[in-house]
Amino acid sequence: MAEIRIENLRKEFGAFVAVEDSSFVVRDGEFLALLGPSGCGKTTTLRMIAGLELPTSGRIFLGGEDVTLNRARERDIAFVFQLFALYPHMNVRKNIGFPLVAQGVSKAEIRSRVEETARLLQINNILDRSVSGLAGGDRQRVALGRAIVRRPKCFLMDEPLGTLDAEFRDLMVRELRELHNRIHATTVYVTHDQLEAMAMADKIAVMNHGIIEQFGTPQEIYNRPATMYVADFIGSPPMNFLRFRSSLQKGVRSVSVDGVAIAVPEVHQDMAEGELALGVRPEDIRFSDASALRGAVYGSEYHGTNQIVAVEMGNGLVKARVPADQNFQIGETVGLELNHSKLSLFDCASGRAVASSRYAEAHHG
Amino acid sequence: MSSVNSAHSVVEPGAMSKRIAASIVIAYAVITMIPLVWIFMTSFKSPPDSISYPPKIMFQPTLEGYCNLFTTRTRQTSEYIASLGTPTSTCDETTRSRNMVIAGPSNYWPRFKNSLLIAFGSTFLAVSLGTLAAYGFSRFRVPLADDLLFFILSTRMMPPIAVAIPIYLMYRQLGLSDTALGMILLYTAVNVSLAVWLLKGFIDEIPREYEEAAMIDGYTRMQAFFKVVLPQATTGIAATAIFCLIFAWNEYAFAVLLTSGEAQTAPPFIPTIIGEGGQDWPAVAAATTIFLVPILVFTILLRKQLLRGITFGAVRK
Repeated sequence: MAEIRIENLRKEFGAFVAVEDSSFVVRDGEFLALLGPSGCGKTTTLRMIAGLELPTSGRIFLGGEDVTLNRARERDIAFVFQLFALYPHMNVRKNIGFPLVAQGVSKAEIRSRVEETARLLQINNILDRSVSGLAGGDRQRVALGRAIVRRPKCFLMDEPLGTLDAEFRDLMVRELRELHNRIHATTVYVTHDQLEAMAMADKIAVMNHGIIEQFGTPQEIYNRPATMYVADFIGSPPMNFLRFRSSLQKGVRSVSVDGVAIAVPEVHQDMAEGELALGVRPEDIRFSDASALRGAVYGSEYHGTNQIVAVEMGNGLVKARVPADQNFQIGETVGLELNHSKLSLFDCASGRAVASSRYAEAHHG
Repeated sequence: MSSVNSAHSVVEPGAMSKRIAASIVIAYAVITMIPLVWIFMTSFKSPPDSISYPPKIMFQPTLEGYCNLFTTRTRQTSEYIASLGTPTSTCDETTRSRNMVIAGPSNYWPRFKNSLLIAFGSTFLAVSLGTLAAYGFSRFRVPLADDLLFFILSTRMMPPIAVAIPIYLMYRQLGLSDTALGMILLYTAVNVSLAVWLLKGFIDEIPREYEEAAMIDGYTRMQAFFKVVLPQATTGIAATAIFCLIFAWNEYAFAVLLTSGEAQTAPPFIPTIIGEGGQDWPAVAAATTIFLVPILVFTILLRKQLLRGITFGAVRK
């Protein structure tokens, strides 16, 4: 196992910049999720680490060794493809053993290592089956088996659960994480599904338009989104933005939205007059008649344990996650109370979060 | 499986339309088969039966056509024939009844062997080159790929025979006239464009991930090509091979022009039978019947691939 270090990685396809000067480190044994919408450059980044694409500029280090220009087969990595890429003309056993054949491992050892891997993944009963008849989950396990069997420096996975149905996905998410806990393989996992990323990853890199918007633990990404894009991409429903115009000074502890003063974590940055947004997660909103921040109920979605209530405010819809037993009439006026300690402030022009005491915690953590 | 009453089923054609469709298909099949059946029948007729009018449907079958095809004969006096003793074979007997004796083997078998060598040789070359070229076009960013592909296709836009005279002159200069090598190269050149285009379609359908997986698993691109891509391209290769083989096997015009002796293939040889000993239609029919066998066997063996080759592109996964 090894550390992956990416320095100023850039990839252009003609005039299109797929990945723009990305840098990050995946520590030995860490599970990184590259998260973003399709076309954000996450798969291209993964393919460059694998050696399937050459970067336009920048460097890639695997276990301290510069592998930027090495061929894929010289990098000692394993790749799990979205469609698994199981060789249809080979059975399960041959598929899993295929990388070992390339390394010139003896037949007896291939046999024992394939069987050991199959036991780990609980697929030893299907070793002699053809891969074409396998169910989605088993295909997934065979693909993983082919990756694990050679004990590579790291695992790269490109949306491996993308084609499975929802029920199976949950199961595989759990299995993947358990597997990771057992073998501690450095893993880079590409996905567009925030739930997968949140559930499995030690670190998440949120990508958009070829840029890494934020790199951090799932908690940091969720609680202290660095940009409005991240705040909007993570969470379902995403973070609400209450837009207002104002300037900010260091030490301020309150902002005025629609003429209502709202307490916020202490601001650590001066901002000239401009458009700002107050970010609040749906679960950090409570309904309270005492609050001066008011709006009309627009509709609600029942989710069983709770409900998402949309409230029409002066500057758009705000969604709140509230207990399921509260009843609201459409059009009813309600007061909104925000959990002051968990609010974020964003500069709308740059989209970046404003430094505050809440965000400062991140640097210590 | 569907137990839905067929009256309103959207996927199941009605009984009447099925019957009409079946009769059209059967009628078409019968009409196409008639000439083949006629050739097959003629090959077993005696020469007088073969030209009798009205044509005979019922006749006494004989192997005379096949005997005549594989032998050359000379006319002799009946006294000489009577002095020969007992005939050594059925053919011998049949020939003597026509006041002739077998003088030696005919050229049909060597010509047939030429056909086999040239057709299979050129098919092998065209498909091998086509597979490599198609893989290159499918997987790599080849400069001017579209123009090159169009150029390759454009070689098929005129009938090949249009360049017969320049090729004839070139071959004379190069000493390729009437050689098997010359014919193999020529048929390869004609077929390779078809092979590239057909195979490119098939290889495009094989996801790149397979090779990428193999290359990450420690194989070179060449190894990945042979171990992963080729096994999955067999259907396409088989379909392409049949098309190439049929062309090379049936080709007549170039064969007439460029081969006359050593390297002559069966198609230009067959008509010459007519000239040798009167209009020996049973021998011609026998030659044609035997000539059909290899293609028939090859096509039956690979009929699934051929069907997929014909409908190729029509069905997407």
